[in-house]
Amino acid sequence: MIPCNFEYYMPESPEEAVETFLQLTREGKNPMYYGGGTEIISMARVSNITPGAVVDIKGIPECNFLGLRDNQLIIGAALPLTAISESQVFPLLGKAGGRVADHTIQRKITLGGNLAGTIIYRETSLPLLVCDSQAVIAGPHGIRQVPFSEIFQQRLYLQPAELLLQIIIDRSYLNLPYVHVKKVKQDKIDYPLLTLVAIVKDQRIRLAFSGLLAYPFRSLTVEEALNDPHLTVKERIDRAVTGLPAPPLHDILGSAGYREFVLRDTLKNTLSTLEGYY
Amino acid sequence: MIRQMKGPGPIQLAVNGESRTVVVRPADTLLYALREQLGLTGAKPGCENGDCGACTVLVDGWPVKSCLMLAVEAVGHQVTTVEGLKNAPIQKAFIEEFGFQCGYCTSGFIMTCHGLATIHPEADEVVIEEWLQSNLCRCTSYQEIKNAITSVLASSKLPAP
Ligand SMILES: Cc1cc2nc3c(=O)[nH]c(=O)nc-3n(C[C@H](O)[C@H](O)[C@H](O)COP(=O)(O)OP(=O)(O)OC[C@H]3O[C@@H](n4cnc5c(N)ncnc54)[C@H](O)[C@@H]3O)c2cc1C
Ligand code: FES
Ligand code: FES
Repeated sequence: MIPCNFEYYMPESPEEAVETFLQLTREGKNPMYYGGGTEIISMARVSNITPGAVVDIKGIPECNFLGLRDNQLIIGAALPLTAISESQVFPLLGKAGGRVADHTIQRKITLGGNLAGTIIYRETSLPLLVCDSQAVIAGPHGIRQVPFSEIFQQRLYLQPAELLLQIIIDRSYLNLPYVHVKKVKQDKIDYPLLTLVAIVKDQRIRLAFSGLLAYPFRSLTVEEALNDPHLTVKERIDRAVTGLPAPPLHDILGSAGYREFVLRDTLKNTLSTLEGYY
Repeated sequence: MIRQMKGPGPIQLAVNGESRTVVVRPADTLLYALREQLGLTGAKPGCENGDCGACTVLVDGWPVKSCLMLAVEAVGHQVTTVEGLKNAPIQKAFIEEFGFQCGYCTSGFIMTCHGLATIHPEADEVVIEEWLQSNLCRCTSYQEIKNAITSVLASSKLPAP
């Protein structure tokens, strides 16, 4: 049972959504955009958040679009993760979304919610970071398109009242050789101890990680090290580990030392799986 | 036209093939509406956090954890609870395979399995495990539950007599 009361709005266009959000803000109702609602409901139930209104974006056609247009894949931010994985249009994103929470919840968690949520893992950001994707954002000043890596630095940075509408990925990235590995503490359904996504583009490996640090990231320093043809595999991995932007997380899922051990092993397997492509 | 709900009031839900009126707050979950308003107690409150799956119902044929869905979100969708299944093959299979002990998780598991049998009747072992991992059973009837869904899928693959 959610103890607080909130109002519910379901607009049918990006303009209506932003206008509604602004109006509710002016009325002091502390509105939130509502995607799948899984995080909002879980957090409101324990009074971690108390929105006065939610603006459900699932009625906006742009947010529900999935398909190719002009050699670009467009993915609406309100699409549930299952819709992306079942469509098989972008296997790597399907795999990443297919390991978030469990299969039933993947039908409710939206791509936008996973990217914009406060839970630190945001695993669907990894394919988007390595594939030079673009983000389409609606806000008080209209609609803008920006490189995803520009607005997603550790977390999604949106201006007040802004809403993530769509993600765009160039078709040339959709079927590149890839590796997706999610390591959890035990069993299969859990937050990641380490999730690694790697693709090979123009004979170079690109990688992004979740669960290793307190935020998802892609590191060019790590990529430099792993792509250096003059080093042995062990030297590449040593240099990649030294080049991490921060020391590994040390928490209930695993110690920093254990995470480093898992990272080294996963990098070794990744290099071997992708051998011949880079 | 924007749809909105500002406070407690009546909404129409399509539940088990019937149109039903429930009076809810916008912040009430589907689980609450089904149990407290309609007396459909087959969907169980467990963790109310998306972890256990005891509250699973079908929405437009897909399993959904009703503790993580607002009642107002279900407007315009077809909701099926375990009470709406009438002698579905998975119900018989649970009895034949001894798929439960205390029974608290059973309705949730049955809805997940029924959704799988309907959406992916060709599901292989990997897909079966992926779907079943959404539900927890404290009495650990996992193997029997897997046997039940496997038998239903196997019989649906048999050529019609
Ligand atoms: C049981 C459970 C297990 C989980 N396991 C994992 C896991 O293994 N890995 C992982 O990465 N994550 C995991 N998560 C986190 C989950 O992906 C996030 O909580 C995500 O926010 C939920 O998506 P949603 O669509 O339900 O978001 P909502 O609850 O609707 O929204 C979450 C936040 O995002 C904002 N938001 C939503 N959509 C948009 C948009 N289009 N534009 C701008 N802001 C928006 C909302 O305002 C809100 O602040 C788990 C969550 C649960 C409940
Ligand atoms: S009560 Fe809904 S998942 Fe546990
Ligand atoms: S039979 Fe008791 S919880 Fe599953």
